[in-house]
Amino acid sequence: MTQPMVTLPLVEQFQYGLDAPICLTWELTYACNLSCVHCLSSSGRRDPRELTTAECRAVIDELERMQVFYVNIGGGEPTVRPDFWDLVDYATAHHVGVKFSTNGIKIDPAAARRLAASDYVDVQISLDGATAEVNDAVRGPGSYTTALRAMRHLAEAGFRGFKISVVMTRQNVSQLDDFKAIADRFGAQLRLTRLRPSGRGADVWDELHPTAGQQRQLYDWLVACGEQVLTGDSFFHLAAYGEALPGLNLCGAGRVVCLIDPVGDVYACPFAIHDNFLAGNVRGPGGFAAVWRESELFADLRRPQTGGACHSCSAYDSCRGGCMAAKFFTGLPLDGPDPECVKGHGERALSTVASTSAPRPSGDHSHRSRPADPVPVSIGVRPSAGPGLPPDRACDESPLADFSPGPGG
Amino acid sequence: MLTPGARAGFDLDRPWQLHPQVSVRPERFGALLYHFGTRRLSFLKSPALLTVVGSLGDAPSARDACRSAGVTEAELPAYAAALATLASSQMIRARVSP
Repeated sequence: MTQPMVTLPLVEQFQYGLDAPICLTWELTYACNLSCVHCLSSSGRRDPRELTTAECRAVIDELERMQVFYVNIGGGEPTVRPDFWDLVDYATAHHVGVKFSTNGIKIDPAAARRLAASDYVDVQISLDGATAEVNDAVRGPGSYTTALRAMRHLAEAGFRGFKISVVMTRQNVSQLDDFKAIADRFGAQLRLTRLRPSGRGADVWDELHPTAGQQRQLYDWLVACGEQVLTGDSFFHLAAYGEALPGLNLCGAGRVVCLIDPVGDVYACPFAIHDNFLAGNVRGPGGFAAVWRESELFADLRRPQTGGACHSCSAYDSCRGGCMAAKFFTGLPLDGPDPECVKGHGERALSTVASTSAPRPSGDHSHRSRPADPVPVSIGVRPSAGPGLPPDRACDESPLADFSPGPGG
Repeated sequence: MLTPGARAGFDLDRPWQLHPQVSVRPERFGALLYHFGTRRLSFLKSPALLTVVGSLGDAPSARDACRSAGVTEAELPAYAAALATLASSQMIRARVSP
């Protein structure tokens, strides 16, 4: 709205923080059936200190009192918690809306019907490639099929406008139109987010983060799509190209958003699971509200930022120095440029950082063994011929090996 | 986005109400609005506008709600524009029975 009665721009109001977050991310469990190479929370194994059902309900009660409109539930894979659906019902009954992110493993037809029947629950299916090849290289074998099956179930149950959530990588920027086509096919909405060097993402960021040229391509595509494609304010660092993308275009960490992790630790944002950004724990006296309102870390984040090395840059008012977590986990100073600064300042800064000096995430719940690793070779599946067919000879190089005419052929 | 026509078309003289699926949270600058149906967030950028929006459902018309909140004639067009924006995003809607 443009009104003459505004005293201070909203973005500045938000910089100084609100009495309660607008929304927050709540990771219910570190347990996950997948081992995505870029997992922000280094998930895999359940943490034995995870919040109990009763503790989760107490958090929801607090969020209701604070009038937090909705929570983004994630993990890990949140739906593998046996009390997941109970907690979703409890939240919506207490006027806290739920958006949850899932790889789709538990979205069977019954779950899809249940979700389609609720006005207060939204679903985000994670998909990081428009083809199985690109997706499964990041998310693991079979994950593309699982995600598309979940989408089909939601569409068949009549769930309109669920979200397809894509982390943009060097391998999938060229698939933007294909992602849009998949979303349109299922009556879903596309949501693109930024690859962060957080969690296991730190290990793959160098090879997977989009090139400078791809960032420009992504920005132009997003500007053309306008509000049809969501970004969760992920790409505000790209505002330095010129026109701001739809959204608040600011870093909301500790100001309007935060993260509650599975053991109740409260971090400034979902991309900053590190002791430096740990504000407190919901199990402490005063619960979540006390952490949000009284933590020294959050008070610091709500003070006016100086902009440091970026202050003299003409784009600073647009990008505000970019993403705090992206800087931190690539070893850059927090008051300097974003590693993906569109003016190229980040690249120059990175070249002066020793690769060993970047901080490591504080926790790691990764699976200890990786049986689900993709195998980097392509071996054809043996045709399901009847018993008695001899195995193909390893040396048979005939182009007609394995060829069998179809029925009646 | 809102067209000038939609702004001009806001009917101050009929009864309006907050959409039943909208939750309102007062803030220092005014209020945050969240629509659970459209899943969209909106802002009221002044406490006076919050008073207007909060009283829409009981006022015979939007004009009356504005007057009771102390909105002057000179300020009225700005409030009508703000209400038009809220109507276009379904945050408020026309009340059928006055």
